[in-house]
Amino acid sequence: MADMILFGVFPYVALALAIGVGIYRYAIDRYSYSSQSSQFLESKALFWGSLPWHYAILLILIAHFLAFLIPTGWGTLLGSPTRLVFLEITGIALGITTMLALVILIFRRVINPRVNAVTSRIDWLLLAALLLQVVTGVYIAISLRWGGVWYVHTVSPWLWSLVKLNPQIDYLANLPGIVQLHAVNAFFLVAIFPFSRLVHVVSIPISYLGRPYQVVVWYRQRRSN
Amino acid sequence: MDIRAQVSSVFHLDKCIGCHTCSIACKNLWTDRRGNEYMWWNNVETKPGTGYPTKWEDQEKYRGGWERVGSQLRLKQGGKASTIGKIFHNPDLPTMDDYYEPFTFKYADLTNAPAGTDQPTARPVSMVSGKPMKIEAGPNWDDDLSGSTVYAANDPGVIELSEEQQQQLFAIEKMVMFHLPRICNHCTNAACVASCPSGAIYKRGEDGIVLINQDKCRGWRMCVSACPYKKTYYGWATGKSEKCILCYPRQEAGEAPGCFHSCVGRIRYLGVLLYDADRIEATAMKADGELAAAQREMILDPFDPEVIKAAREGGLADQIIEAAQASPVYKFVKEWGIALPLHPEFRTLPMLFYVPPLLPVLSSENQGTQKISNDFFTSLEQARLPLKYLAGMFSGGNEEEVEAVYRRLIAVRIQRRAESVGDLSEAELLNARELSGLDRDALDAIFRMTSLTRIKERIVIPPMLREQAIEAGMDPEDYKQEMGFGSRKAPKRRW
Repeated sequence: MADMILFGVFPYVALALAIGVGIYRYAIDRYSYSSQSSQFLESKALFWGSLPWHYAILLILIAHFLAFLIPTGWGTLLGSPTRLVFLEITGIALGITTMLALVILIFRRVINPRVNAVTSRIDWLLLAALLLQVVTGVYIAISLRWGGVWYVHTVSPWLWSLVKLNPQIDYLANLPGIVQLHAVNAFFLVAIFPFSRLVHVVSIPISYLGRPYQVVVWYRQRRSN
Repeated sequence: MDIRAQVSSVFHLDKCIGCHTCSIACKNLWTDRRGNEYMWWNNVETKPGTGYPTKWEDQEKYRGGWERVGSQLRLKQGGKASTIGKIFHNPDLPTMDDYYEPFTFKYADLTNAPAGTDQPTARPVSMVSGKPMKIEAGPNWDDDLSGSTVYAANDPGVIELSEEQQQQLFAIEKMVMFHLPRICNHCTNAACVASCPSGAIYKRGEDGIVLINQDKCRGWRMCVSACPYKKTYYGWATGKSEKCILCYPRQEAGEAPGCFHSCVGRIRYLGVLLYDADRIEATAMKADGELAAAQREMILDPFDPEVIKAAREGGLADQIIEAAQASPVYKFVKEWGIALPLHPEFRTLPMLFYVPPLLPVLSSENQGTQKISNDFFTSLEQARLPLKYLAGMFSGGNEEEVEAVYRRLIAVRIQRRAESVGDLSEAELLNARELSGLDRDALDAIFRMTSLTRIKERIVIPPMLREQAIEAGMDPEDYKQEMGFGSRKAPKRRW
């Protein structure tokens, strides 16, 4: 029963919260729809925390999503031992990077009185959840080798079963507890996304690349041409 | 020709007494909130000095403004792709220590302290963390501190001067300084607008006021580093960037901006300029020393029938064109040519102009009578404040530009002296007039405008036709219930 709730129901609740509250917050309080940067208050430690954190976590997330979305392609990619070892090592290195970077970010918020003053309760909750996520992730990567391969046969089908609205919780129920924790905490992060500074992940300013430098806004249509 | 109107200003530095009334008016109106304590949308600096934030003029340090790369203009902090790559950490962002940490005092300790043998004290505490702190800087920390080896000597403009000029600047009893009030320049080639990844910063088409859409701003802080004048500020409590709004809500109601209205020295002039928006980029590409002249070139004559015709075709209302004709800014910048942009070499085409201070009082004491020197041109070279320093501030290093302004300002003084005291020879007067390139009437008009005018002549606010704008954009009934910002919410994070 507990398995059913955690692996079969909670993911849907988390997604519903993320989408529903995410849209609601965007509609009623767009003003707060960002991560409240603290670089102005402290810049040096942020450099060693934020930069490695963001780039490493982005690559790790991309790997997770690729293995989930195109499991066959991912399986073929890892078919050769060289590529498998390369990806395994890269993954562990990136995981450790995120962990160290996150520790820097947390310490920065604890130690620096200015940054501490702008840290809210939900920020602390988020940092704790993220730390739990990367620590379990790195632990899994090291203790349960070749995650890139077994993910395709266990987690990927579970996620797909969720997508198909036919949750096959056995895929996850038979995995070690640490993997279960990692998976449930992942959906916990999805659940708190709309309530926390995590909302900034959907602001990707890609349109900047295509727009002209200067922006001029008129009250009314200026001329007919 | 793509004619646009721009609400622009002139600050007459000879008249600024450095009283900071403008700063206080602005602070009370707009930035008296948590997270904004350190922001001074309007601040007054002492020059020579390092300014606020410290050494803001040094773009090797802050990398603000534009640079020419081949035949292209590029933000000095990097191109678009590079800007996106820096969103996780902006290496050029100034931190609070470059401005100052806002502070208050524990006043309650003065009355609550238990009885004792020593005086109770109110210890300074940080307004960010609330912890006791040592106050090491403030918004005008080097106020009137000319000659200081910490501030004046580190002025980025002073460092450029020769050893001899620096010594001359700091000679005992010849110490020299002037005040530089600064607000947002509402540039036509604004670097803050260009740098915003969210596209939240925009220039209003009708009046050229540059604003940050607070709901669109995602707090990437690229504008803070891109603005070479450091006039966009990051609100650390709200996670939003904010800047001078040229008091547009006041202007829309026909009132002068707060800092203009409160100016004790009456140094501030406001009016509309018409300019050719098609020429923005070509103008910003000119060589450093030509930028001030090129910008004047871009500004159009509102009396020229062709300009009027093109402006009407471009959708400018007749009232705006009339306001442009009455604009004191047009007179200062174009007709008289005595106002220059601040640091045109940043290439943002700032629309706030300064009449440089005629610091060197061009008279010498001579047996009890004061005599303006016969040849003011030589006197200028012996000026206490080197022309090179002023040229570095107001004309991209082009000393001729500053010199031309001074010839005119001096001619005004000579003409007034000839009229009111009458101790100058006709030849001297004619010579001054000829060198200035202005006729008697123009010189008189400058005198009138700088000393006798009332507020309606100094500050000519164009009709902003807000009623039409509201009707075009939204339901007037809805609008009536709002604060005029288009938002009924306080600038506060609720999530």
